[in-house]
Amino acid sequence: MPESTAFAAPQPAPLPDAQPVVAFEGVSIAFDGPNVLEDISFSVSPRETRILLGPAGVGKSVLLKLTNGLLRPDTGSIRLFGEDISHMPEQKLLPLRSRTGMVFQEGALFDSLTVRDNVAYQLIQERVPDAEIDQRVHEALRFVELDNTFGFYPGSLSGGMRRRVAIARALIRQPELVLYDSPTGGLDPITSTTIVELVMKQRDVYRTPSLLVTHRLQDAFTLSTHHFDTEKNCMVPLPKGETDPNTTYLMLEEGRLIFDGSLHQLLHTDNAFVREFLE
Amino acid sequence: MAIGSIERTAKQLVLTVQEYSLFSWRAVMNLFRPPIYWPEFLVQSDIIGFGSSPIVLLSGFFTGCVLALQSAATLSEFGASALTGRFVALTMIRELGPVLTGVMVSGRNASSMASELGSMVVTEQIDAMRALGVDPMRKLVTPRLFSSIAMLFFLTILANACGIAGGGAVTVFLNGQNGTQYFSSAWESLRYPDILQGLVKPLFSGFIIASIGCFYGMRTTGGTEGVGRSTIQAVVTASVLIIVVDTLVTQVMLSIFR
Repeated sequence: MPESTAFAAPQPAPLPDAQPVVAFEGVSIAFDGPNVLEDISFSVSPRETRILLGPAGVGKSVLLKLTNGLLRPDTGSIRLFGEDISHMPEQKLLPLRSRTGMVFQEGALFDSLTVRDNVAYQLIQERVPDAEIDQRVHEALRFVELDNTFGFYPGSLSGGMRRRVAIARALIRQPELVLYDSPTGGLDPITSTTIVELVMKQRDVYRTPSLLVTHRLQDAFTLSTHHFDTEKNCMVPLPKGETDPNTTYLMLEEGRLIFDGSLHQLLHTDNAFVREFLE
Repeated sequence: MAIGSIERTAKQLVLTVQEYSLFSWRAVMNLFRPPIYWPEFLVQSDIIGFGSSPIVLLSGFFTGCVLALQSAATLSEFGASALTGRFVALTMIRELGPVLTGVMVSGRNASSMASELGSMVVTEQIDAMRALGVDPMRKLVTPRLFSSIAMLFFLTILANACGIAGGGAVTVFLNGQNGTQYFSSAWESLRYPDILQGLVKPLFSGFIIASIGCFYGMRTTGGTEGVGRSTIQAVVTASVLIIVVDTLVTQVMLSIFR
């Protein structure tokens, strides 16, 4: 990455003293064997986008599922919106989870429901009137530029379209935290760029904090080097040498967190594994 | 080596029974705590009840036919062919109606529940549901459980009626006997304990079908191959359990109404 070394050190993120939206403290988890994640500690501040990097199979998706309590840690504590969810009963976790939005690796759309019912899933459970549901679903689908798929079933959509519908579903209730699990994984470069643009739009327009898992460096760096221009309705590069101060990086190696810092620090780290990964 | 393997298997079995018990307990208790997804109960009742009625109707009818054919030949040797109605009615209502209905519905619905929920697990739809703040146990399992219990009750009545009608058809049209005699013999032989026995059993069968189907579906691992494995386990376990529980219930009911 020769050109990236030109990035200046970013300004400190705003609201540094605010309570973190997510805080991991010494978290470890294992599944019938050695630890998949070991002694993980980090936090996500309000308005912050944290990009979790690492090769396949290092526990990135597991970490994301721990964040909203889909998995429970063996040791350590996880705080979500200030509440310790490490041992919280499922019934108490459900309302907390509904304040977050999650985009799964393959979309995880309900294949027996239409796009409208998928996107409106939470609203239907809350018995929101049909007219309001339709209006909000159209808004969410317009956000991901898929308004024409309203009555389609997920089976008739392409992989990229399914991923965008999943983003619309995650964002329809304006969540206080968005978790993206490899949203561009397995997609062609053009569709990946569209997805990255949507992630950026959510970050820059709604300022929602997020945790994004990816192993694609290009997507990760685009999020740091571009911002969403609401007038042009597309992403545009930041001035040369500038990066988004609210977008920071984490990196996992064999279940251990080996890096936590800005793009500038990532590109100048001495860690051999990080350097190898970047190269 | 062999002892270690037996020990592991035994521990696994105990763990599975424990997990199944907790799973069933949660599914039952969800009926008494909101939110309750009533529309799901109707949808599942339609799928399990109306959807299974053709196979239950046909299997019940032809079982009654076979019972009449087989029994008439034997009973006539003792000059008791007039008791065919009694034999068919008692056998259908006390035993074959509930068991056959349970096994038939198990083949259709325990498999569909296991494969449907299993597919949802491996494609992360269950995780997505939880991430959206909806409890899959309440949304998917509890409605299936109680719909299955309610529908098995009515399907068994349907199977019994069709079985007795089938026996009547054979008695009249093939064996050339008097239809009134067949039906009056069937009617007069029935006692309330017989009917009670026949109507208690499907409640257990319904519980077994849905709880086993959902249990194996929800613990599916290993992709599409795992879905197939869960489906087989669900049908085999549910069918065997229906017959085992039928034996136990029969023994208990007989000892109560002796």
